[in-house]
Amino acid sequence: MEFLVAILVGAFFSAAIYLMLSKHSVRMLLGIAILGNAVNLLLFTSGRLTREVPPIIGAGMDTLPAGAANPLPQALILTAIVISFSFFAFLLVLTYRAYQELGTDNTDEMRLAEPKDDPMPPIGY
Amino acid sequence: MASTTSTPVDLSLAFVMTPPPLGDWLVILPPALMIGLGAVLMMMRHSVRLHGVVAVPGLALLVLLDAALLWKVSVEGPVTMVMGRWLPPFGIAFTVDVFGALMALVSAIAALAAGIAALSDISETGRRYGFFPFLMLLMAGVSGAFLTGDLFNLYVWFEVLLISSFGLLILGSEREQIDGALKYAILNLLGTTFFLIAVGYTYAIFGTLNMADLTLRARDISGAPLMTLGGLFILAFAMKAAAFPVNFWLPASYHTPRITVSALFGGLLTKVGIYALMRVMIMLFPVQHEEWSLVIGILALVTMVLASLGMLAQNDLRRLAGYAVILGIGNMLAGIATGTVAGLSGAVLYALHSILAMTALYLVVGRAAALSGHFTLQSIGGIYRRAPAFAFVSLALLLAVAGLPPFSGLWPKIMLVKASIDIGAWWLAAGILVSGFLSTIALGRVFLLTYWRPAPGGDVHDGAAVRTDWTSFGPILGLTAIVTLFGLFPEWPLVLSQAAAIGLMEPAAYIGSVFQGGVAP
Repeated sequence: MEFLVAILVGAFFSAAIYLMLSKHSVRMLLGIAILGNAVNLLLFTSGRLTREVPPIIGAGMDTLPAGAANPLPQALILTAIVISFSFFAFLLVLTYRAYQELGTDNTDEMRLAEPKDDPMPPIGY
Repeated sequence: MASTTSTPVDLSLAFVMTPPPLGDWLVILPPALMIGLGAVLMMMRHSVRLHGVVAVPGLALLVLLDAALLWKVSVEGPVTMVMGRWLPPFGIAFTVDVFGALMALVSAIAALAAGIAALSDISETGRRYGFFPFLMLLMAGVSGAFLTGDLFNLYVWFEVLLISSFGLLILGSEREQIDGALKYAILNLLGTTFFLIAVGYTYAIFGTLNMADLTLRARDISGAPLMTLGGLFILAFAMKAAAFPVNFWLPASYHTPRITVSALFGGLLTKVGIYALMRVMIMLFPVQHEEWSLVIGILALVTMVLASLGMLAQNDLRRLAGYAVILGIGNMLAGIATGTVAGLSGAVLYALHSILAMTALYLVVGRAAALSGHFTLQSIGGIYRRAPAFAFVSLALLLAVAGLPPFSGLWPKIMLVKASIDIGAWWLAAGILVSGFLSTIALGRVFLLTYWRPAPGGDVHDGAAVRTDWTSFGPILGLTAIVTLFGLFPEWPLVLSQAAAIGLMEPAAYIGSVFQGGVAP
């Protein structure tokens, strides 16, 4: 099971990186969304994927039975999902505003903050 | 529900049974105060005029709390407090040592200065957009990152400060700001995502995220891909700290927001990345750090040289200040690359100097632009005639940024150069000196053109002296005074930064404070 999910995580990562290499901000956003899910799956897998052993500490035991899925990474993912979701929402609005204000979604043409013809500083006094 | 079991449960196996002494609450108070104030200010969104009245005393209180905390840890050693009384490593621990407390104190001072400057710089519209609540939450993130003792918690504080920095960056929603913010937001989000990946692998390898516990385990683990993990951490924190080659978001965005916001960012955010890099690579993974140190050294060299060339090539004063921030990052990375106590204490000292000096530098640029109406070197001028006292203070600050005596930039540079020569990295020492020289030229030219040269477009104000506006001049004066005192009497910061570096290299006291029973399960 872990093996399959690991391959899926790899596929997610490569898709995310491919999309983020694009010049268009919408594709970058899709890449970021996929990247967030790739990381969450990665965290999820790191805590073992199994249903066979219930993660219950029985009477007279101090720790989980061997082979049980570790619930802590799942708690980490919950935090990470909330954070990446809110960031994604913010970025969506920001990209939309950037498209409205700058009239392009091509990052090569977004040169407002760093103009191409920025003059050199004066050489002499 | 009636309890059916009668098995007595020994709570002391899982919980801290004694309540923490009253003084230990200082550990958690800085972020708690800032989150609380942020919430209060958000509730006061209909009376934005009162925001400053609440925020500035709040930041002053933060400075006092951090000072008390620093005093406590420098006397008693590292202090730990765990959330929910769970015994470490199960509960999320806040562990403060001299390094963390020192960084927290100095960043609180910078934030206080920026908060005062904001009183006149941020208009009522900006306040209605939520400048002061964002400032409080940003400081919650920064203080939390400096004080936490848990890797995942560090990630959460990173995100807290990141989301508040987004809010601050687009304050006003000008076209330029949106352009800069898009690049800043996407690249910084990527950086923290890399950090999260590294955290995930760390948990998969070690089964713990408590820093003290990791420090113990990383020293005698074998067969784990720790080099890759170290590389991932370096990439993530280099992105946060704006080290070459992942630093192009900084010159693209730091000049777009209000100048007070730039001052805050330039002072604080990149140093959080440096702090995290030192904490993780020096304390947690010293063996891997040694292997990676050559790479870090080369990155430091390229960062420094390119940043100083960037300073020379900029026409816009704010962008020049952005490259000055990156130059400082290169210097700190050089100290981290040496991996010796001398080099690390140089890096810590440089970080302290850089937090204060960069905040002040942006504020100086902002005031100079307010006096002359221009940000570009081509059009600015004639400020010496209009505001001689301000020109005098600015000169002191520019010399401090360039690292000339008798100001604070000198001592860390001396330590870094000496530490690099001591380990035989002459090229690193040469890089520090050459980039320092180039930045001196660039900053000297700034003073010449901005202050001494008469305004190129003719002086519209007839050279009349201006009335001193204390909310914008006061913070500059205060920060420059601290920077000067720090340069004239360096013993105290030197001793503290040495203690910080030793605490990182020999973390026995840190570990002892987390595992008070002396048992590491």
